Amino acid sequence: MTDLPNWGLPLGAPAPGASFSDLLDSLGLAPRWKVPDSPSRDLKAPEGTTVLASRYRNGVVLGGDRQATEGHLIAHRRIRKVYPSDRMSAVAVAGTAGLALEMVRLFSVELEHYEKIEGAMLSLEGKANFLARLVRAQLPLAFQGLAVVPLFAGYDQTTDQGRVYTFDVVGGRYEEHDYGAAGSGALQARAYLRTAWKPEMDEGEVIDRVMGALVAAADVDLATGGPDLRRGILPNLVLIDRGGVREVPDDRLTEVAGSFMRGGQ
Amino acid sequence: MNPGFYVTPEQLVRDRAEFARKGIARGRSILAMEYRDGVLMLAENPGGALHKISEVYDRIAFAGVGRYNEFETLRKAGIRQADVMGYLYSRDDVTALGLATAFSQTLGVIFSHETKPFEVELLMCELGTNGQPNQMLQISYDGTLLEGRGVLAIGGKADILSAGLKKRFQENMELEAALRLGMEVFAETERRSLDGWEAAVLERGPVRRCFRRLTGPDLERASAQALSSQESGG
Repeated sequence: MTDLPNWGLPLGAPAPGASFSDLLDSLGLAPRWKVPDSPSRDLKAPEGTTVLASRYRNGVVLGGDRQATEGHLIAHRRIRKVYPSDRMSAVAVAGTAGLALEMVRLFSVELEHYEKIEGAMLSLEGKANFLARLVRAQLPLAFQGLAVVPLFAGYDQTTDQGRVYTFDVVGGRYEEHDYGAAGSGALQARAYLRTAWKPEMDEGEVIDRVMGALVAAADVDLATGGPDLRRGILPNLVLIDRGGVREVPDDRLTEVAGSFMRGGQ
Repeated sequence: MNPGFYVTPEQLVRDRAEFARKGIARGRSILAMEYRDGVLMLAENPGGALHKISEVYDRIAFAGVGRYNEFETLRKAGIRQADVMGYLYSRDDVTALGLATAFSQTLGVIFSHETKPFEVELLMCELGTNGQPNQMLQISYDGTLLEGRGVLAIGGKADILSAGLKKRFQENMELEAALRLGMEVFAETERRSLDGWEAAVLERGPVRRCFRRLTGPDLERASAQALSSQESGG
């Protein structure tokens, strides 16, 4: 079939398997980094800050603040760091915002592409491993100070439970038993959850605790944006249980955030 | 190389077309039909593992009859094309017509240049957005592209199926009624007992991916109703 006039679709698989990013690579469309040896101090890209995930009785919750900073400035107040990656999982990102959001986009297309080509979803473990590979591919940029660290959570249909995965900047993947966080406010968020977290929380409790951890992070970390009730800016929270991914509605978030903001005064 | 005998282009095309049609006629047909909330695709499929109908993109579905490995190759190429286009530009830039044109060119080139044409017939459906009509396209083994309205069938018995369907088709049917009608027309056309169904819909709703397979209870209920109306009818 090699001498066919090149008028139609390429029929042979250009890359083995059902991977979308390998397909992009074989078409020469994947991003390729050619970066200088020493970190550039002039390059300022907006950074996303605190994201966290926690397990609860029915599954997992994943949340993040809405602020992106550029040095000491607020670059964006309403960016989104938590995204459903498919029906049963979601991903949140901290670090260089532009690269992180592109990683999320590629990751979501990858999961959908695999599902359509193979006729079945990847396992949760498989999704997490693939995400680790995407992080590792960014390693040259991480050395330039442009790191991206995702947080991945989903419902594992084989074991019937929610699971949380954290990553490090070199693409290490770690499964967390209880909760995980990433970004500049992660330390504070984890410190809050260390005392507030308990096993077998119900949906209401876990939304409360995760909101509490985000408020605690914003309280100490300058780069993290807390709930801003005056502007109506609220953190994003998604719940993932047996029924799939769903967003926590705004009125519920306003209510929970409001109680924390009043309590804090 | 041996120069061989001269064969006129007419003869060549006729032979190839006959070969492809014979291959396609051996398989079972597939039909697509608009209903109130979208587009229904229905096929007779005794096994559950191999699909003839599948999702290509957010609002686009694909079905193929004929040789499995050939339409499966085309299906995968279509998904690759759609996902790459949607990733490079925007998800709104992927259309059934664009993909169908690519399939049509591919099949056209294979028909005239390869040792044997593909023995397949394809169906592409797209759910209309913002009041736009739904789209149903048929692509034949030689690359011929046809557009359908309301109902469309592909496969060896496509003509009889779509004639039967057009007689009784109404706009804005409920899904259950559309499914039952499809099954009844299949039964009239085949004149034998049918074993197993595969059905899927492109359905208007809040989710981005509109493709949904109909399984178990939905199919069994419609199939039982279709059977009972068949018996009472004749």
